[in-house]
Amino acid sequence: MTAETATLARRARAAAHPPVAGRLVAVEGLDGSGKSTQIHLLHQWLLGLGCKVSFSEWNSSLLVKEATKKGKKRQLLTPTTFSLIHATDFADRYERQILPMLKAGYVVLCDRYSFTAFARDRVRGCDGAWLRSLYGFALRPDITFYFRLPLETALGRILDGRPQLKYFEAGMDLGLSADLQQSFRMFQRAVMEQYEQLAGEFGFVTIDATRAIHEQQELVRAIVAERLDLAHFHHQGGA
Amino acid sequence: MSGKRFFGTPLPGVSADRLLGALIVIEGPDSSGRSTQIGLLGQWLEQQGYAVAQMGLRRSQLVGAELEAAKQGNVLSPRTMALFYATDFFDQLENRIVPALRAGSVVLADRYIFTLIARAAIRGVDHEWLEALYSKALVPDATYFLSVTSAVLVERTFAARAALDYWESGMDLGLSRDWFDSFLVYQRRLRAAYRRLESRFGLERVNAGRSIRAVQHDLRTRVGAVVERTLGPASGPGDGNGGAEGERAGA
Repeated sequence: MTAETATLARRARAAAHPPVAGRLVAVEGLDGSGKSTQIHLLHQWLLGLGCKVSFSEWNSSLLVKEATKKGKKRQLLTPTTFSLIHATDFADRYERQILPMLKAGYVVLCDRYSFTAFARDRVRGCDGAWLRSLYGFALRPDITFYFRLPLETALGRILDGRPQLKYFEAGMDLGLSADLQQSFRMFQRAVMEQYEQLAGEFGFVTIDATRAIHEQQELVRAIVAERLDLAHFHHQGGA
Repeated sequence: MSGKRFFGTPLPGVSADRLLGALIVIEGPDSSGRSTQIGLLGQWLEQQGYAVAQMGLRRSQLVGAELEAAKQGNVLSPRTMALFYATDFFDQLENRIVPALRAGSVVLADRYIFTLIARAAIRGVDHEWLEALYSKALVPDATYFLSVTSAVLVERTFAARAALDYWESGMDLGLSRDWFDSFLVYQRRLRAAYRRLESRFGLERVNAGRSIRAVQHDLRTRVGAVVERTLGPASGPGDGNGGAEGERAGA
């Protein structure tokens, strides 16, 4: 059955992938890996160069936001509905924003992409092939940066800065531990293992997230400049 | 042994063999008489002594209200809408249906994945993607499709509301600016989509063009057999052997 679902996923992907003029860049990594800072800096740089660029963030579609918030607050979510509600959010942003922008020839930057779901929802017990089929309609990014950090460093960054962890963030729904911090550690470890596997499967560009922020950014910019023909994405209107 | 199974990948944390109850699905377009028939069936089953639980679309605690709002606004793409409906469906499946089946109840579902697949498919969402999406759903013990002709649907719709419904007329598809023409084309496409599912998933067709009584009689015969096969014979009225009392007296 799993093999069948995998075949379905492949076919859905092939059917759903129109050629687009734009380019898609995603960042992935654990909470606290600094990926949001890096994509923000990348965004600023591209804007400064006069590129047509757009930014989209995981879990930010207005329509689905309320339902997600409610579900998390009341702890109503199961692994399946947790996964589906995020897929709904993603589909809404994808069809309303990401795909149109790509068709219009923009560089689209995504803070987290389907890989976040592949990692987290897999840890929650969802089937990997089912998840790949669920997101089968989404184009693969041209570049996916993975910000790799030793687990303890990532944990430290989050646990030092924040006194109170949230229920789902800590993976409390998995029943790994009754202790919020302990559960968070175990959950993050499992998510990290998933990311390491995905890095090979999807050809992530891995960035050492222990290095200085500006050093990482320099590397990110160099890779973007090398892989995307940036001159091609300058605004036509002229400034 | 209840013999429950999933269409594909099981739901995380749910073992199908512990689901003792019976899952009965009634499918069909709006105005086919689904809710009337389900109401009557539920009453009848309870009179027999079976516990009954119900589910329907957009009734989940999680996203029921939000989905209703999205439907009014018509701002979501078919795929997003399909995922939103799937969220609503699985919330009810996990939080309502599975516990009820574990407890040995009869669950009467007012529509199931078939309507959700049919509606999304005629709006251009890929069939295979939809079936993979719903592969975590439980296979019902029986699914009855209430089939009616367009002429009967039109009469019943007008009798109930004196107006056509935007979605049930497929107005979002741009088939025709004329609501009535659109309704006919849309319902024809919907019937074709259901027919495809009928053969693929073994839906049993029930002629719902007949009187309420006649349809109910038909359904009771079929549902009664399934429930008895799944849960054992009823102990309520009409069951003359008084088995339950006899057991108690002997204990």
